[in-house]
Amino acid sequence: MSFLDKLFGRKNSADSAKERLQLVLIHDRTDLTPAELESLRDDLIATVSRHVEIDVTAMQFGMEHDGRSQRLVADIPIKSASHRRRASSSRKPKAR
Amino acid sequence: MTAQVITVTSGKGGVGKTTAVANLAVALAANGSRVVCIDGDIGLRNLDVILGLENRIVYDIVDVIEGRCRLKQAMIKDKRLPNLHLIPAAQTRDKNAVSASDMTRLTKDLRSECDFILIDSPAGIERGFKNAIAPADRVLVVTNPEVSAVRDADRVIGILEAEDKGPGSLIINRLNPSLVRRQEMLSADDVLDLLAIELIGIVPEDEGVLIGSNRGAPVALDLKSKAGEAFRNIARRLKGEEVPFLDLESGSSLWERIQKLAGRR
Repeated sequence: MSFLDKLFGRKNSADSAKERLQLVLIHDRTDLTPAELESLRDDLIATVSRHVEIDVTAMQFGMEHDGRSQRLVADIPIKSASHRRRASSSRKPKAR
Repeated sequence: MTAQVITVTSGKGGVGKTTAVANLAVALAANGSRVVCIDGDIGLRNLDVILGLENRIVYDIVDVIEGRCRLKQAMIKDKRLPNLHLIPAAQTRDKNAVSASDMTRLTKDLRSECDFILIDSPAGIERGFKNAIAPADRVLVVTNPEVSAVRDADRVIGILEAEDKGPGSLIINRLNPSLVRRQEMLSADDVLDLLAIELIGIVPEDEGVLIGSNRGAPVALDLKSKAGEAFRNIARRLKGEEVPFLDLESGSSLWERIQKLAGRR
């Protein structure tokens, strides 16, 4: 790695190789393309949202590997119940 | 005593499968084991030249399978190491001349005659590869610290698991310690972290390997070569010995020490 690379904050090539391989191997092992993973994420959001209100912007979603096995990891923050009650009471249908 | 069948494979071509088979065969035989190696790369025969036995071929593996000769007639004895034999691949036939059950039958007949049967698998994940792993008790996956070789090794490991051949043991071949120290090559730890299988050896890049191939004398016969030592260590591990791994990544060259002193790293 040259002095100039360091100056411009360019990563050394071994790290790039490892990071790129980590992603490629996940896709090879699960046979899931990035687009399919994206659509899985959307389906997951839709399903969970039918039951609880979630904070989609703070959600974490991705593949991790543990040895040779792959794990789909989703961390989905749920909006607080008081927030939900307020939201739902304002939407409460009027009594007939 | 029945032999252990060990298949050496890699997915990607050119990573050093044949070199590994030749060196492990020589190292095991020099250590007193009776070894038969089989070239499984039908149509692209090479193990014979790497071992320096190319001028002695009369019959090949397809002759045995099709009954034109007895098994013993196709086994070429190495004059340097009388307990090392080679069954060469056919050069003018294609991979369809051999089936997985042919390989299993062939190794079954050999098992009582030796301690180790080493099979050199062709590159790829097709029929020749499937034939080569069919009789294996153990599979060694050879890779280089390089993106395409690691990716292909991962595919092969996945297939081995699916075929109940275990994940295999890993040989990281052609590691360049100075490139690793400069962080311009994946380290052995990086490769192990990615592939997550058992490591059986790390072989440094060494010009002695090419010189050995040129001469038909595998580098494991050269007691001064680092790569030779690495292959001899793998052979000892195959025999069940606990051998520490060579320290390849920490030592540094004079130039690197000067750079360190000058504060460049």
